[in-house]
This record gives sequence, C-alpha cells and structure tokens, in this order.
Amino acid sequence: MPNKLEVHHLNAWFGAVHALRDISLVVPDGAVTAMIGPSGCGKSTLIRCLNRMHEVVPGARAEGQVLLDGHNIYEPGVDAVQVRARVGMVFQKPNPFPTMSIFDNVVAGLRLNGVRRSRRELAALAERSLRQAALWDEVKDQLTASGVSLSGGQQQRLCIARTLAVEPEVILMDEPCSALDPIATTKIEELIHELKGAYTILIVTHNMQQAARVSDYTAFMYLGKLVEFGPTEKIFTTPEQKETEDYITGRFG
Amino acid sequence: MANQLEQQSVDLRWSVPSTMLPRVWGPLNLGDRLFRTLTAVFALLLLAVLASILAVLIYESSSSMSAFGWRFLIDSTWDPVSKEFGALPLIYGTVVSSALALLQAVPLSIGTALFLSEMAPGWVRAPVSFLVELLATIPSVIYGLWGIFVLIPCMRNYVEPILSSTLGFLPLFQGPKYGVGMLTAAVILAIMVVPYVTSVSYEVFQAVPNAQREAALALGATKWEMVRMAVLPYGRTGLVGAVMLGLGRAIGETMAVTMVIGNRSEISLSLFAPGNTMASVIANEFSEATYDLYVQALVEVGLVLLLVTVVINALARLLVWSVAGPSAGARGV
Amino acid sequence: MTAVVCTLAVLTPLFLIFGYLLLEGFSSLNVSFFTQLPKPVGEVGGGMANAIAGSLTLIGMACLLGLPIGVLAGLYLAEYGHGSFGWAVRFCADVLNGVPSIVIGIYAYTLVVLPMKSFSAYAGACALGVIMLPIVARTTEEMVKLVPNSLREAALGLGVPTWRTTIWVVLRTARGGIITGIMLAVARIAGETAPLLFTAFGNQFWQRGLGGPISSLPVQIYTYAISPFDDWHRQAWAGALVLLTLIFLTSLSVRLLTRGQFRAPR
Repeated sequence: MPNKLEVHHLNAWFGAVHALRDISLVVPDGAVTAMIGPSGCGKSTLIRCLNRMHEVVPGARAEGQVLLDGHNIYEPGVDAVQVRARVGMVFQKPNPFPTMSIFDNVVAGLRLNGVRRSRRELAALAERSLRQAALWDEVKDQLTASGVSLSGGQQQRLCIARTLAVEPEVILMDEPCSALDPIATTKIEELIHELKGAYTILIVTHNMQQAARVSDYTAFMYLGKLVEFGPTEKIFTTPEQKETEDYITGRFG
Repeated sequence: MANQLEQQSVDLRWSVPSTMLPRVWGPLNLGDRLFRTLTAVFALLLLAVLASILAVLIYESSSSMSAFGWRFLIDSTWDPVSKEFGALPLIYGTVVSSALALLQAVPLSIGTALFLSEMAPGWVRAPVSFLVELLATIPSVIYGLWGIFVLIPCMRNYVEPILSSTLGFLPLFQGPKYGVGMLTAAVILAIMVVPYVTSVSYEVFQAVPNAQREAALALGATKWEMVRMAVLPYGRTGLVGAVMLGLGRAIGETMAVTMVIGNRSEISLSLFAPGNTMASVIANEFSEATYDLYVQALVEVGLVLLLVTVVINALARLLVWSVAGPSAGARGV
Repeated sequence: MTAVVCTLAVLTPLFLIFGYLLLEGFSSLNVSFFTQLPKPVGEVGGGMANAIAGSLTLIGMACLLGLPIGVLAGLYLAEYGHGSFGWAVRFCADVLNGVPSIVIGIYAYTLVVLPMKSFSAYAGACALGVIMLPIVARTTEEMVKLVPNSLREAALGLGVPTWRTTIWVVLRTARGGIITGIMLAVARIAGETAPLLFTAFGNQFWQRGLGGPISSLPVQIYTYAISPFDDWHRQAWAGALVLLTLIFLTSLSVRLLTRGQFRAPR
C-alpha cells in the first residue's frame, strides 16, 4: 500500500515552547491510523501540522517536511488553503456554523469558497455527504433546521458530513468523540469503519480501547517525540518500547 | 439491502461532479493580503481623521494665533466689537464650572459605583446600572431645556437665596441672583457627568480581584472596612482615570451649559454671575461671527479645547486601562 | 447606607427630567406636530415635521460615512490589530470619542461649509459621521472578538481562505452585535446639537436638496427653547419628549438584545 502522507523530521513550536521533536512517520493510504499518548504529548499539534492549521495560532511555527502524495506541503509557495481542501479536519468539540441550517452547513465548504453549483447539484451533494456520515435518515426531513439544533453526536456527524462534502483525501480527527456520549461514540466509530478505504484517516484519541477498536496502525507519542509506530495489533500486544508498554498497561496516563 | 444502499451511494458519488476546489499547488492567497490591506486602510482612516481634526484647527486659527500669540491664553478681554480676543474668561469659566461639577459628581458617582459593585443584590444591579446608562444617553440639549425651565427657577428662587443668606460672606455667593450663571452650569454639568464616572468606576471596582476582598474579610474586616482596605486602594489609579474621564466630558459639554450659563465672557468671583465656557462661546458666537479674525479666534478657542480634552482623555484612558484592561469603557464612554 | 443615598440621588434627575418632559410635552403632541411645518414667528401652532425629516436625513447620510469606515476599521482591529498599529488605532478611536462634538462641528465647517460657501446637510452629516466612527469601530471590534475561535477553525479546516472566513462566517455570526453597536451610535448622534449649529444650521421650511441648510430635531428644540415665545417653549418640550423617547427605546432594545453578552454594564 502506498503512503498517503509522509512526515520527515518535523519540528513545531508554540513561541519558544518546542512542542514536536523531530517526528518522522508514514501514513498508509486508505488506512486508519490512531495517535495515542498522555495529555500534552503533542498528538493534536502533530495532526494540526498535517493540514497546516498549526500556524494559524499566533506565534506558532513548524519546520520539516510533510509529503502529501509526494508533494511537500511546507514548501515555500504552497498555499495552506489548498492543502486544507485536500486534508480535512474534524474537531474535538462539534462546531457547526450557528447561523446556518443543516443543509447550508453541509455545503458550506463549497459556498464559502464561492463555488457555484445549481440547487439540484448541491442537494445531491448534501444528501451524499449526509449518507456517508450516517446522518441522512435522521435529518432528511429537517434540512432547513438550524445546525445547532441537533444533539452533540448529530452535530459531530454533521461536521463530518461537512468535511466529506469538500472531498478531501485525508481526514484528520482530533478526539472527535471526547465530547460525546457512548452511543454517539459508537456511531462515529462505525462511521470511521465505513469511510476507511475511500479515505485515509488519522484519529487522535485519549481512549486506548477506541484506538484498538478502530485503527489499523497506531502511533504512540510522548513529550513531543514519536516513541513507536506500527500495526495496532502489534503495538497493543507486543510493543517494542518500554514507554509504550508502560502507557498501554496504564502505568502512567 | 445494505448492498443496495452502498450501490446507491456509489452511484451518487459518480453522478455528482467532483468538488471543484482547485487541486493545484498555487501561490499564497492573494485574497487574504488584499482583505487585510483593505481593512488596514480603513483603520488608518480613523487615525487620519483624528490627525486631520488637529491639522484643520491649527490651520484655521493661524491668523488668530499669529495676531495674539501666547497672550491669547491670559488676556481677560473677550470683546468682538473692539476686536480684542483674550480667552482667559472662557478658560476660567470652563475650569470653574468643571471643577465645581466634579466636586459634586465624584462623591456621588463613587458612592453609586460602590453600591452597585459591593452592596447591591444581583437582581438590583442590572436595572440600576441600566438606569444610570440611560442618564448618559440623554442629549445635552434636553438637559439644557430642563435646565432653563426647571433648574434655573429652582436656583433663583430657592438655592441661591439660601446660599447667599448662609454663606453670603464669601465673595463666591454674592451678587444678584439671576438663576443663570456659573453655579447652575456646574449643577447641570454634575448631573451629566455622574453616569460616566459611575460606570467607569463600576468597571474599575469589578476589576478588583475577589481574592483581595476575601483577604480583607478573612482578617475580620466589616464590609465598609473591606472596601476601604481592599477595593479602593487597588482601584485607586482607575478611579483617578474615571474622574479624569468625567473631567474631559465636563470640559467639552456644550449645549446644556450654553443654555444656563448666561453667556457673558467676563471673569467674576461670584458663582451666581453669568459666564462663558470655551464650548459655550463657540456655540453662541460662531454662526454670528462676521469677520475673519473673529472666526479664527473662535477656532483657536476650539483648538485649546481640543488639546485639553485630548490630553485629559488620553491620560484617563491609560489610567483606566492599567487597572481594568483595554476594553473598559469601550462602548461609548 | 450612604451608598444607597448616593444611588438614589444619582437616579433622581433621570425621573425628574423624563417626568417634566412628559408633563410639559405630552399635551402638545398631536398629529399636526408630526406633520406640519413651523408657523412664522409669533403665530401659534404648527409642528416640527421638517425637523424630524431633517434629523432622519442627517442620520442616514452620516451612516453612509460612518458605517463602512467604522465596521471595516473595527474588523481590522479584531482580526489583525494585535500589534502596535492596532494599539495606536484603538487609542485614537477612544480619543476621538472624547473630542467635544462642537470641535467636530468646527472641523466639518472648515471642511465642507467653507468650500461650499453654504450650510448644508453634507456638512452636518460629515460632523455626525465623524462622531459615529469610534463608537461603531469599537463595538464592532468587541463583537467580532466574541465570535468563538472554533468557528474560524471550522471554516479554515474546510479549505476556506482567511478573508472569506472573516466575511462569511465571523462577520455573519457577529452581525447581531454589530447592529446593536450601530443602534447605539445612531442614538448618540440623534441627540447631537452643537455640531449642527453651524454646519446644517437650521431651516424653518422643508429643505430643498442636500446642499442647503437643513433643520433637525435637536437644533429646533434649542432654537425654540431659547426663544421668548411660550408656544415655542411648548413645542420644544414636545420635541424633546419625542427625541428622548426614541433614544430610550433604542437603548432599551440594545440592552435586551445584548443581554448576557457583556459582563460590565457598558
């Protein structure tokens, strides 16, 4: 399987704080890769570097190479906005646009970019994205309702639909279930299972069991360094590094 | 069934055109740069307006400045007929009316701000602070209207006779009691300034960290002692700033003062006597100024007024910001 | 206890003033007040229709000047104004807020009346627009800052450029708050008299075009109040009542609309 994303010697800072130290890893195409590690280890920072969201924070910067299909997204002259259209992101707390309806939220990625499509095409796109996000059946009769009128789990699926509508190749998920109840979490995990293959997915999670359930590959990070990366089963049964084993067995959290 | 759904979604996938967001590696976003420049230009305009006000006034008063020089500020004759323009009576009027107004307003304002901040139960705060805010929205001309028909008779018939019979040995309270005059102007200015000083003082008190209050209370202080020990000293700088904001307000106040001060450009020791402030002389005489030097002298008065208020407001802002943060007083003070 | 007395003393004038306005002005309010022109000096009756229309005209024109500059400057301050330039602009806005309105009147007089050699609505609108500027700019800034960052990130994550995010997401979400800021600015300039005294000047008749003197409600109130005629005094009270009621209603609506958004009373 070819590598969708390759990270070479990535370093990132928040001002003077060195948040990511010399990270190198490969993300296989079509697979689900989980990032685990204790709080503050840099997993969120890492995925935010993968779609150039890291630099949005004032004072933040990143150096190194991140290759998307062989092209370095950190090359000078590369437009971060274009990168983000190909590498989508779902955030920890669902953030549908409050002034827009469900329908408008789904097609927001196109509309906000001034892309013009007929009403029918947009409707078809919205339906497809909502189906992919397993939300269509629940909201098909209330597409004009406000985006924030849904439950937390539904809002998150709406955000996923919104991300899918832009047709990214990679989907980054930053602890997407941490604000959701167990039932909603299960739905999202089923969704990830359906989406993989067609999309390359990276998911940051605090929940090791979740990582074990959904991912094919797992990366364990600690204090800004990538400690170990490998197939999920191997990481969770026969990890090579001691730190990995300590974390997995709960000796520190 | 599942297969059918899958088939359906695949079909949809191919029948909908692919999302059209360009997939090329393009140059850095031009739109962002343009937008930022556009908004920066308008922000610059704001700066430019202030600078141009200063420039315009200096330019328009240049012949008056060259005719009178520094004597403008210390000559006590303001006589358009003989073309002698000395601004001292106006400066005197402004200083006295504002100082007197603050003397009345500041204790009341701080008291009210303390009430709102330290003593009022939650449900009282919102309506009372709203009412105080309403006072600030009353236009100056309406204060003036009320001043002419309600306050002046009240001053003439009650307050001034009482003052003159009790404190009449002071030159401050001697002379004919017209009702119009410096004292009335000071009273109306006080009423107008109170809401500003109150609301900024309130913000200053709110900015005092609770930890300070708790420290005082833990030492066994009563509520009033806690206020004196913890709240007032901490907010001291901010309070000075609030008072200065009020001063800046009082100095620039025009209509209400014009309508009750009597419009006589002379210095008099008595508070009952009519007078004029820098703002009121402009309001009264600008449209009647028949020759160039007259207009220029009035503009020069305006320039002095501008400089004084700018300096006071700038200092006041800095003092208030140092205690309560840069967004204090943003909404219209 | 003294604090309570202070508070009561502070609030008393509010009720006294509004009370007197109601007392003296209410009886003079009738249809002709709103529809008729002022009668010639000495004659009883007539209304302030032209003054009300004039005020509306001036406010509308002032908004044309003050709103675009104010909103865009406020947007700059909120999104990009973190450095020293932003600080300087913010400072200037606050200083501008404190400039006496009569000085702004002189400014507009020099800029517009002198070249045009005539009092005009343009001059009045220029003065009022300058007064509005800092209020609109600062409240826009505050309102835009209130928009949660998560919304910006959501849009950026979709591949929307920053400027489109600012216009279509941030501004749209802050829309309501910005409108209340505009309402506050309008309430402020509606009552301004001093700057209009020698820019718009005043007119006892309907204005012909925007290039000539134009009457306005506050100036009319002033003119009538200082006149020696009882009937005009009566009308001044009525005009003041109308003006103050509109201002109070605007303030009340703004308060209700922004309930819970500000901690401080202002």
